[in-house]
Amino acid sequence: MIEKVTVIGGYNKQGEEEPVKKVVIKKGEIVGVVGPTGSGKSSLIGDIEQLAQNDTFSKRKILINDEEPSYDDRTNPRKKMVAQLSQNMNFLADMSVGDFLSLHAKCRGANSKCVNAVIKLANTLTGEPIKKDHELTILSGGQSRALMVADVAIISDSPIVLIDEIENAGIRKHDALKVLSGHGKIVMVVTHDPVLALMTDRRIVMRSGGMEKVISTTKSEKSISQELSRIDDLMMSLRDKVRNGEVIDNIKMDGVNL
Amino acid sequence: MRMIIVAGTPGSGKTAVLIHALKNLKERGLKSSVVKIDCLYTDDGKKFEKIGIPTKVGLSMDMCPDHFAIYNIEDMIEWAEENNSECLVVETAGLCHRCAPYTVNSLGVCVIDATSGPNTPLKVGPFLSTADIAVITKGDMISQAEREIFRERVLEVNPKCKVIDANGLSGQGCIELAEEIYKSEEVSLEEEKLRHSAPLAVCTLCVGETKVNKKHHRGILRKIDGFQTYQGE
Repeated sequence: MIEKVTVIGGYNKQGEEEPVKKVVIKKGEIVGVVGPTGSGKSSLIGDIEQLAQNDTFSKRKILINDEEPSYDDRTNPRKKMVAQLSQNMNFLADMSVGDFLSLHAKCRGANSKCVNAVIKLANTLTGEPIKKDHELTILSGGQSRALMVADVAIISDSPIVLIDEIENAGIRKHDALKVLSGHGKIVMVVTHDPVLALMTDRRIVMRSGGMEKVISTTKSEKSISQELSRIDDLMMSLRDKVRNGEVIDNIKMDGVNL
Repeated sequence: MRMIIVAGTPGSGKTAVLIHALKNLKERGLKSSVVKIDCLYTDDGKKFEKIGIPTKVGLSMDMCPDHFAIYNIEDMIEWAEENNSECLVVETAGLCHRCAPYTVNSLGVCVIDATSGPNTPLKVGPFLSTADIAVITKGDMISQAEREIFRERVLEVNPKCKVIDANGLSGQGCIELAEEIYKSEEVSLEEEKLRHSAPLAVCTLCVGETKVNKKHHRGILRKIDGFQTYQGE
């Protein structure tokens, strides 16, 4: 049972100690990771995925329930506590969707019957349906991303979930986030999107490779977040209309001043 | 003398991983010497020398670098002894990866690149299946699912090996490799054998024939239909 994850700070890109020395994330929390491009967001997520022990560029150390994870815990996929949705979505595997998923299910010690469930879930997140006999390498960006979201949610079902920039995927990001952040999990979301950033409980601000500060989401941010979600829904429906070749004649929305 | 034989596909990060591991061993007081075997060109020798490790470079030119490495092993050990080293690391480029340059009592390390696709472990043969340690590099460039599948495939081919996920840029995983080198046992070359025979290579092409027509070829020739014949006297 994972109660908490502790990130012990290391060094930034200049080799200086990072300002935030320690972050403790508890079960059930959603934490955002924000910062400009190149500020080290993906590296922070990478350190947690690998359960780094002072052995990455940043020299950070990750503890699980205040203890150092064993080598086996860090490397054996059957024991893995972390599921990661990374930005690396270009499949190199020359095989079909079905084969890929059953192979991954085998690695994670999951039942191979879940393959159909993964494809079904992926198809709720993307416009163009994915089929079991599709070759992985021909999937579009949105399809790949949706497939990976469903794979992480069902096959890599782990107590710690790391999500890297879900908004760039051309998929329904709120649905995807809901699918990934199951009950009682520790969730970390790297994002540039204010809608997602304000939905989290806290956010770690990154700068030049180091953790600069941690901001707890304020009450007013929480209510702004709800307003933003409505604007976002409007944008989504407009996007669908444009995609489907419709003509836009009004953008009225109740309660939002445009 | 500990003997570490490191094989791997070109560009998989053998040198980068070794540099991190050897630096760590040096800090722990273990003296190493490195022999780098390549085919036509390498400047990796300079990289090892930069971290203060005696290095010798061998270019096999038009010979198989693994064969070249194997029959030069005695000379390499002698040279490492002259350096007062406790550990000889032989890094070999390899060509077809049908050879496994590991000897029975050496520590056999195979470095394999995760971006080469999940079927690669099934294709490469003894250089992976007879290794003691499989170091998987470049895992940070692919998704977690693909990384896990790659690892599974490596274990399918070689269930007994220890898998180390390493990053040649950050040095991640290299301390684990250093630990294995540190723990490895001394090897004496008397009666030492290869773990796997080198592939059959006795034909006219081996001695420099360049004409492609069938009539020019002699020796043991395997046909694409699976039959093997001997052409010659």
